[in-house]
Amino acid sequence: MKAEMLSTPSQTVGPFLSIGLTWEQGEFVVPDGTSGSFWVRGRLLDGAGEPVPDGVIETWQADPYGKFSHALLPLESAVEGFGGFGRSMTGPDGRYGVHTVKPGPVGDGQGGFQAPHLDVSVFARGLLHRVVLRIYFADEDEANADDPVLSALPDEGARATLIAQPDGAGAYTLDIRLQGDGETAFFTV
Amino acid sequence: MSLSSGGAAPTQFRPDPEGTHPPLLSPDYASTRLRAPLKAPVDLPQRLTELTGPVLGEGLVRPGDADLTRGYAEEPVGQRIIVSGRLLDGDGRPIPRSLVEIWQANAAGRYRHDRDNWPAPLDPNFDGMGRTLTDEQGRYSFTTVKPGAYPWRNHHNAWRPAHIHFSLFGRSFTQRLVTQMYFPADPLFGQDPIFNSVPEAARDRMIADFSLADTQPDWALAFSFDIVLRGSDATPFQEGGS
Repeated sequence: MKAEMLSTPSQTVGPFLSIGLTWEQGEFVVPDGTSGSFWVRGRLLDGAGEPVPDGVIETWQADPYGKFSHALLPLESAVEGFGGFGRSMTGPDGRYGVHTVKPGPVGDGQGGFQAPHLDVSVFARGLLHRVVLRIYFADEDEANADDPVLSALPDEGARATLIAQPDGAGAYTLDIRLQGDGETAFFTV
Repeated sequence: MSLSSGGAAPTQFRPDPEGTHPPLLSPDYASTRLRAPLKAPVDLPQRLTELTGPVLGEGLVRPGDADLTRGYAEEPVGQRIIVSGRLLDGDGRPIPRSLVEIWQANAAGRYRHDRDNWPAPLDPNFDGMGRTLTDEQGRYSFTTVKPGAYPWRNHHNAWRPAHIHFSLFGRSFTQRLVTQMYFPADPLFGQDPIFNSVPEAARDRMIADFSLADTQPDWALAFSFDIVLRGSDATPFQEGGS
């Protein structure tokens, strides 16, 4: 066993993150036209309710069968072009969007299942460390009610900050509020 | 064997000890005041979503992306440098085939970005973006020019020390890290609230070492910068799959 090493500290992405972090097609977890695919969209907002135009949203999820692609055990998903990872720079109006499919059931480690969810990292100028949230789906009431992570949140208001609402055909909406009224329920991992 | 639902997640990543990362609310860095969450975060137990991470590289890293001095008609102006090191986990194990992204200002301290408009020259031969994958031993190497310091409006006469932004994935969602690499003995450290947001004992871990051994005669100075992501106590996913 080698000696434990101390982690490199985190720093902000700064205002010019788009130089390094912009990917062509980064928003597409699955290709356009994939069966069952939709957009998850929203705004990244600061404590004054103002949009955060210099941020990036990253999403990570299972495929519709509850499987992950992973470095040690790469998965050839049954969904063509599925990698599980999405990245969206926020726009001038703080808007982000990822094009994806709903993840399937993922175990809760205790014989049950978690509700469909995306793990999300948010980076921005002014964030010295990423903040982490999950995105759940409003049309999964039953699964959401049994989800161990949602259940561990202090109240209904906190849970509501993580549940994306259907927004017309083929879209969900969830705003991410870094601070203040309606502050998103963030996690430590 | 596949990473599907069902079994308990086999491996947990250790939390970083207090004193590793900067507090989100660091008022001397003014932009944190309206952006740092104020509610205490809730603990998210590490299950499969947190213990897995993307396989990145294909289509993202093009040949030449690790050499920021190429790709244009001429070489960029500035001190040519090599920045290399290893990507390790907290147990000292190298992390192979993992994406490393960097971005930086040019030698004059100017970023090629719409919102950077201070009066220092842009360099038509430098875009300041680099990408690579670590090799089998977790090593990476970039060739670039040393970035300049630049002023910002955080406080009176505020200047950022020269730095290169680094983005790392490791193997899991839990290990994701974005940081900045600094250069040794920069006189601007003392007045920089971003550098100083990190607890004092951990600041050295963000500073590269000058390496005469890696310096290439008649070509480029070299700096060495190892990056450590969170460690776990066991090899992930040897058991517990379905």
